[in-house]
Amino acid sequence: MNEKIFRLKTFEKASYCRHFEEEVIKNLKLKNINIPTYVSAGQEFIAASMATICEDLKIKPLIFGQHRCHSIYISFGGDKVKLIDELLGRKTGCTKGMGGSASIASKEINMFGHDGLMGSNGPIGVGACFATNHPTIVFLGDAAAEEDYVLGGLGWASTKNIPLITVVEDNNLSILTEKKVRRNWEMSDVAKSFKMQGYNIDDDPIDLLKYSEIFFKKPCLLNVNTNRIFWHAGAGKDSDDTFDRYEEEKKRLGEDALAIDKKIKEEIKNLWKKQLEK
Amino acid sequence: MEKTVREIIKETSRDHIKKNNSLIFGQCLSAVGWVGGTVPELTEKEGLIELSMADVANGGIVAGAGLSNRRPIYVIRYQGFNWFNASIILNYACKSKEIWNVPCPIFIRGIAMEGSIGPVAGSSQHSIYFKMPGIKIISPMTPNEYLIAYKDFMKNDDVMYVSEHRGSYSNTKELNDHLDDNLDLILFPISITRFEAQKAKIELEKEGYKIGIANILWIKPFLIKKEWEKAVIKSKFGGVVLDDDYTDGVASNLAYQLIKRTKKNFEVMGLKDRSAGFSKTTDNLPPSKEEIIKKCKEIIDKKGKL
Repeated sequence: MNEKIFRLKTFEKASYCRHFEEEVIKNLKLKNINIPTYVSAGQEFIAASMATICEDLKIKPLIFGQHRCHSIYISFGGDKVKLIDELLGRKTGCTKGMGGSASIASKEINMFGHDGLMGSNGPIGVGACFATNHPTIVFLGDAAAEEDYVLGGLGWASTKNIPLITVVEDNNLSILTEKKVRRNWEMSDVAKSFKMQGYNIDDDPIDLLKYSEIFFKKPCLLNVNTNRIFWHAGAGKDSDDTFDRYEEEKKRLGEDALAIDKKIKEEIKNLWKKQLEK
Repeated sequence: MEKTVREIIKETSRDHIKKNNSLIFGQCLSAVGWVGGTVPELTEKEGLIELSMADVANGGIVAGAGLSNRRPIYVIRYQGFNWFNASIILNYACKSKEIWNVPCPIFIRGIAMEGSIGPVAGSSQHSIYFKMPGIKIISPMTPNEYLIAYKDFMKNDDVMYVSEHRGSYSNTKELNDHLDDNLDLILFPISITRFEAQKAKIELEKEGYKIGIANILWIKPFLIKKEWEKAVIKSKFGGVVLDDDYTDGVASNLAYQLIKRTKKNFEVMGLKDRSAGFSKTTDNLPPSKEEIIKKCKEIIDKKGKL
């Protein structure tokens, strides 16, 4: 795919994620949302890039996300109205109000829910991938990736040579504990030690695109360095200096991105307004 | 010739894989013995899947396979290994239907045994699963009971924990309830204790005691049969729940449910409240015939004198 087209397609998905999350933040502050909420703003280019790549490959993967999963859901085409309803705790939500922010699922996009045990989606995704031999993506945080059962699952995935991509969304934080305090190793090296292809990259869409040739052929792991703009849970900010990939891409893509951003901002705003009025 | 429980498990498993394109997961399945002769001698290509030794991850892998609706069988060769295996099964597979409307049927074969095998590997551990929602627990000790468990699993889409015991594998006989009127006491045995309960009843009856037996096959849901209820209410001293697990779990809970229903006294017997060691002198075994007899006499004689 042409680089510019790929960037724009990815930006469009990321824009839906970003503006959705901005409405989430607004409604958290207004207390319209009253549940623990894990906002994915800042990290959206990972899911958006993976979804764009899968579309291009004409693959509809099995998806196993975890708690910070709004961007995964939206990027892969999850119904945004149902996600709004879910966050509002309604029966019409994508998980009938049971999933909240952290445990959302959608049969339409092959997205399975998460149980709340950090990293359990690792081995579960491995098992689903093995039993179906269907392309599968597991999204983990850098802290969840440390769970011993994630590592056990990865080792077995490598042994069985299944079409699995494990994406570690590495925002360097477990709540507020930095990675260097918790460990002196990288997940990409762990993957290599399991004889899988493992890479440590940035969340620039082109960096992800570069590796798409290996996707779903053999198990691989991408540790993608990214930034979480808001708190672990809730609407506050850890810092005002956090690098923002969305703003970077908007600048890079110029007028085209500005038009997309403006159009989607309005669209999402209206979507929320309509649902809140119900 | 009648079939043993072992043969029925093996046949059922083989048929299950072939008819349903299913999978059998476990550790060391194809090692010597094929898990006590219950695992069909198949290859990975045919559906027999060797897992690594990562027990916690393995529970997750099998839960993931359950989502594919291939109805996997998961062999856990010692029930104590459930301390690792159960976490993702209970928190994901068992909740998946309720939370996400995605059934995750898995047939979990938890295998118990006893005798000088230490603090983890011995005995039944069905109490680990008992308190959680979304799971059925059954403990078949006879060929027909095993088929009941399997048929129920295939008819529904639940996670089923099958609390097996190696001591039952050679059994060919069905174990019936014995519920006459005007009994002194009724035994409610679970798992391997059902065989000792039968022996204890025979011995006690030789001495003039009137002992009934109500075999507990279904642990969860635990349905108190009408004839059990009737017999307990008519009995002189209520009953005793016997288990191959620690008493602070399934046994006490079922006894409580029986007390609530019948308003009669119930006691429990199971593993002693201590760790098991690796020798005959340090074992922690389920109630033996002698211990059951002693307990029954204590209840009947003590209360009979009051």
